[in-house]
Amino acid sequence: MSGSIERIHALVMRHVWIWRSSVMRLVDSIYWPAVQMVMWGFLTQYLLPQATFIAQAAGVLLSGLLLWEVVVRGNLSLSIAFLEEMWSRNLGHLFVSPIRSWEMAAGIIIAALLRTLMGMIPVSLMAWAFFGYSIYDLGLPLVAFFAILQMFSWSIGLAMSGMIMRVGQSAESFAWAAVFILMPVSGVYYPVSVLPQWLQTIAWALPTAYVFEGMRAIMTDKIVHWDLLGIAFGLSAVYLVVGFQIFQWFFRASRRAGTLLGQGE
Amino acid sequence: MPDSPSISVRHLRKVYGEIVAVDDLTFTVPRGAVLGLLGGNGAGKTTTIAMLLGLLEPTAGQIEVLGVDMLKRRYAALPRMNFSSPYVDLPQRLTVRQNLVFYGRLYGVRKLQARVEEIAERMQIAGFLDRPSGKLSAGQKTRVAIAKALINRPEVLLLDEPTASLDPDTADWMRSYLKEYQRETGATILLASHNMGEVERLCDDVILLQAGRVFERGSPRELIERFGREDMEEVFLDMARGRGRGLDALKKGEMTS
Repeated sequence: MSGSIERIHALVMRHVWIWRSSVMRLVDSIYWPAVQMVMWGFLTQYLLPQATFIAQAAGVLLSGLLLWEVVVRGNLSLSIAFLEEMWSRNLGHLFVSPIRSWEMAAGIIIAALLRTLMGMIPVSLMAWAFFGYSIYDLGLPLVAFFAILQMFSWSIGLAMSGMIMRVGQSAESFAWAAVFILMPVSGVYYPVSVLPQWLQTIAWALPTAYVFEGMRAIMTDKIVHWDLLGIAFGLSAVYLVVGFQIFQWFFRASRRAGTLLGQGE
Repeated sequence: MPDSPSISVRHLRKVYGEIVAVDDLTFTVPRGAVLGLLGGNGAGKTTTIAMLLGLLEPTAGQIEVLGVDMLKRRYAALPRMNFSSPYVDLPQRLTVRQNLVFYGRLYGVRKLQARVEEIAERMQIAGFLDRPSGKLSAGQKTRVAIAKALINRPEVLLLDEPTASLDPDTADWMRSYLKEYQRETGATILLASHNMGEVERLCDDVILLQAGRVFERGSPRELIERFGREDMEEVFLDMARGRGRGLDALKKGEMTS
């Protein structure tokens, strides 16, 4: 076990060293969420006197945005952590070293988590500074929301990383965009009940819907639905296992096809 | 099992669709030997090395390294192996030191800082340990790649074109070092190269590969003698162009293939 910890630590430190040598690599983690936050912040201010729902829960749009960014940034951060190895044509060295697939997944997950926090914490503080809105007012459930959304985003990131490993970097743009297909059915800015019935079925199969419904319940009714959060946590855990299995499946397919040796830009 | 071979390959085969990259390859490498894999482009050298390392899954056959079945338990052998290849780079944005520390940790090297200093001294890369790997010349990168390949003092070292981008002086020095390392540690080295001088100097034994099959095997001296040539370069050209005494003998079935 100590060997596994040493290898995971090595992989995390490899990313920390890269961030330290190139701060620009972290800028996009803050830049896009910050731009979105400013836009939704002004929209909230504009709607505040006109919409009853917004007036009742002034931060509902900004909360939706910030929590959705946790999904987007989690997925991107994990994909980038994996792509770093492909961009540097380093996969061959990694896969013939004693590091196992699960250790590699754990290492890039931790690196992705750090990167997401480095992006989202400053943006959440900016929301407080510019618009007087603090997402931390959600209290303890925020920790649960964050954990559920991160796990779900890692599952997508692992599956996408596996696909890029097998197909090559031509699949990169799909990896960036994949998560957005889930946005309309996640109920980020509106309740799931507005969706057609068949889309609601899909929505309730995703942990994101429970999180955003839970967020609105706290902000409008001051109720925490821990039971629904429990379901969401369970779903995220299942998706994470499935995501890792997809990554493993693509890894085995890459070993058969011989695409691990020469991948790179 | 000190007398068992370091590497044992039996009936190894790799097929991509209709292309047979490696076909029924069988060989062993005794402990402490240096085996050269020779062949033209597409002969199956890199494919064979990739299968030995577990980077590529064979279509059929068995591979054992250090007594470990590489198709079932490769993680038991990988900490005792290492490799270098021009097809794989080290992270360009990390410094040379960071790369060596990173891989040292992955391989569980003890007293890592001291090992990094030692290998840097031996590989003559101490002067640029703190420079980003991407800023090095091709020759410097090759020396760093070999340093990474030696960081865990491997018992089995697989080298694909280890001196390809080195100037003649540095390449000569590198060959001397690899020979010295092999003598000091008793490591087994499998070397794929297009440099025939390198093969003559380093290898105890050579496998000539053609179209994924063993064309001929022997020590450099035996092969030169058998083909009636002056050096390995001429032997290689005979094989590549399908001519000469060696090939005539092969056609008559006097050689093993």
